[in-house]
Amino acid sequence: MSEKVLMKGNEAIAEAAIRSGCKLFFGYPITPQTEVSAYMSKRMPQVDGLYLQAESEVAAINMVYGAAAAGARVMTSSSSPGISLKQEGLSYIAGADLPCVIINIVRGGPGLGGIQPAQSDYFQATKGGGHGDYNLVVLAPSTIQECVDLTYKAFDIADHYRVPVMIMGDGMLGQMMEPVSFPEHDDSVSFDKSWACDTTGMKRKKNIVNSLYINPDELETLVWERQKRYDLITENETRAESFFCDDADIVLVAYGTIARVAMNAVKKARAMGIKAGLIRPITLWPFPEQEIADIAKTAKSFLSVEMSTGQMVYDVKLAVNGKCPVEFYGRTGGVVPVPQEILDKIVEISKKL
Amino acid sequence: MSIVFEKPHALSDVGFHYCPGCTHGIVHRLVAEVLDELKLEGEAVGIASVGCSVFSYNYFECDMVQAAHGRAPAVATGVKRANPDKVVFTYQGDGDLLAIGTAETIHAATRGENITVVFINNCIYGMTGGQMAPTSLVGQVTQTTPYGRKTETQGWPINGCELVSQLEGTALAQRVAVNNVKNIREAKAAIKKAFTYQTEKKGFTFVEVLSTCPTNWGLSPQESLKWMEENMMPQYPLGVYKDKGAKGDE
Amino acid sequence: MQKEFIISGFGGQGILFIGKLLAYTGMKNDYQVSWLPSYGPEMRGGTASCNVIISDDAIGSPLVTEATEVIAMNGPSFVKFEKSVAKGGTLYYDSSLVQPTPTRDDINYVGVEATKLATEMGMGKLANMFLVGKVLKESKVFELDVVFEALKGLVPAKKPELYDLNKKAIEAGANL
Repeated sequence: MSEKVLMKGNEAIAEAAIRSGCKLFFGYPITPQTEVSAYMSKRMPQVDGLYLQAESEVAAINMVYGAAAAGARVMTSSSSPGISLKQEGLSYIAGADLPCVIINIVRGGPGLGGIQPAQSDYFQATKGGGHGDYNLVVLAPSTIQECVDLTYKAFDIADHYRVPVMIMGDGMLGQMMEPVSFPEHDDSVSFDKSWACDTTGMKRKKNIVNSLYINPDELETLVWERQKRYDLITENETRAESFFCDDADIVLVAYGTIARVAMNAVKKARAMGIKAGLIRPITLWPFPEQEIADIAKTAKSFLSVEMSTGQMVYDVKLAVNGKCPVEFYGRTGGVVPVPQEILDKIVEISKKL
Repeated sequence: MSIVFEKPHALSDVGFHYCPGCTHGIVHRLVAEVLDELKLEGEAVGIASVGCSVFSYNYFECDMVQAAHGRAPAVATGVKRANPDKVVFTYQGDGDLLAIGTAETIHAATRGENITVVFINNCIYGMTGGQMAPTSLVGQVTQTTPYGRKTETQGWPINGCELVSQLEGTALAQRVAVNNVKNIREAKAAIKKAFTYQTEKKGFTFVEVLSTCPTNWGLSPQESLKWMEENMMPQYPLGVYKDKGAKGDE
Repeated sequence: MQKEFIISGFGGQGILFIGKLLAYTGMKNDYQVSWLPSYGPEMRGGTASCNVIISDDAIGSPLVTEATEVIAMNGPSFVKFEKSVAKGGTLYYDSSLVQPTPTRDDINYVGVEATKLATEMGMGKLANMFLVGKVLKESKVFELDVVFEALKGLVPAKKPELYDLNKKAIEAGANL
């Protein structure tokens, strides 16, 4: 474990990627994630890695596709409008079973939107923003330390299952500084890259990285096989954290930085004698359905708190599956809710119980 | 029995899907011969693009990556940067390279990306059934220019070699054709030079090959060759537009 | 301890650095800390601000809405964040740049002629540290020595002379 340093989320993610063995980074500037690129441009040359500023987000994600096809650990980073541009590449990457890590430091939308923190890309990230039957693994850190830990994890998940993994933060997480330490990275795990296009050396049969299958039966078979891998990911990698849920009547569900604001509100509610609890999904896909379903057996009401007009709330409803009411509280467009407004909503719900 | 002619080793033992008379087959063979002669098959990664040559990943014996429409130079950049000492080439058509992928083409060139681009220009979108390409000629009738390409609405054709030759990162920009034996031999020499320059890390190498599309032009293979000579060559003159390896052009 | 700061002023006044110094000192002394800047065009256009929390416990929301201490280095910041001071909290301001118009009687106001005094001492760019000195002395968030120790870790290695200058400015501010 390294000494604690004070770092921005964007920089911590970049450093963690480098320590994870990421040797190539393809970026394009966009607020509020540009520090990832800036940090990479400084650090990559020091570790014999590559930082390359692409001509567009479209080009950047396709460079990622190429480097991943060649077997390298590779990453790109952007924010909402740029992530929209990357959707084509993400679909191809998923379709070609390539591992890589994508950072999305979300800002308000739609369109050019704003540059302040938001969570309005939840649908895009978790429901497949590009075309076709595929999923991204989506990790949602809520502290800078978790940015580091989940970045380590992201590369391993990507390589182990041969899938693209997105780390989804927001402008607040990207810009804020907190103390962080970098645990020793476990480099001992190796991953099969025998499929990579790193030249045959005339010693093996050629490899093809491809997502085109003209024969429907062949494509269907491959899509279902990938689906089985998604099932494995769901089984092995789903993560959530819960607080005060054992006896909770009202269970908040919130992820990322908003989970922290929600936590303040939960503590204040408890101080007022309201039995509130919090579930914080760490993986947004796979979504911690079982954790929520278990708590729904005893809870009286759920409250999804988001910086959007209500996106994750649908997943909460599916998980709760009608066992109790699911309410929603959200701010959007870059407005970050304060604990008091969430507390007000908790109090309002408590009166209905 | 002595063997007098055989398929290049770098060409797979898979039948082409190309239409009769299409010149893709010739260019595939030229690229494969060059890979053989320069002993690069085991050192190369090819990037297949979207268009008629989309299945080229099945035809070359080296490692192959299939790219999204227009993105081949970006994908090639990723492969190359991950393996700087290996040989990386793209094989792209005119729609891929000069319409949807123009930015990727220009920026790979201006970065001096050390890759080889084999550019098939046949003035038409073949795979989707004969629509206007960015290189379609003024007046050319296609499925989407039924009254001929009009400059008032569709503007003028783009000349790829002239364009990339303006960029400092380009080491070689040469336009060749595969309409007769002499030109086919020159085309092979150009492709060989491009790969050689890449191994010498000279920069971006670009070979534009004037090709035919008898099916979508609605002509016989023989008529197509004539059409290319009479209509394409005046708009797209053959020649070397940039050669950093030539004396006095460094 | 739970101290929540809002620090605000013009870009170039070292606003973000004040926050960084406080957060860094907190981290070095095993507190939980967070530092959250305003970002984007607002920052580029002239005003800069940041939120700093120093706490014994894990920090929930890094946003500060009820500050124990607000440090305002220009007039607009005074007006904007006066309402964000928690009851019984303190609003520190640079009285050489701010014409105070206090509107609350449940908070303390502490004005320091930071820019004027710093300029007189030939340290015009360190007015922020004068104010920090005063804040440290009044709020007792950290002992001065602890801050000086932390300061060593923040001064760029290429400009070691900045340590003495900053220390001098903080001391001068504390002695006002």
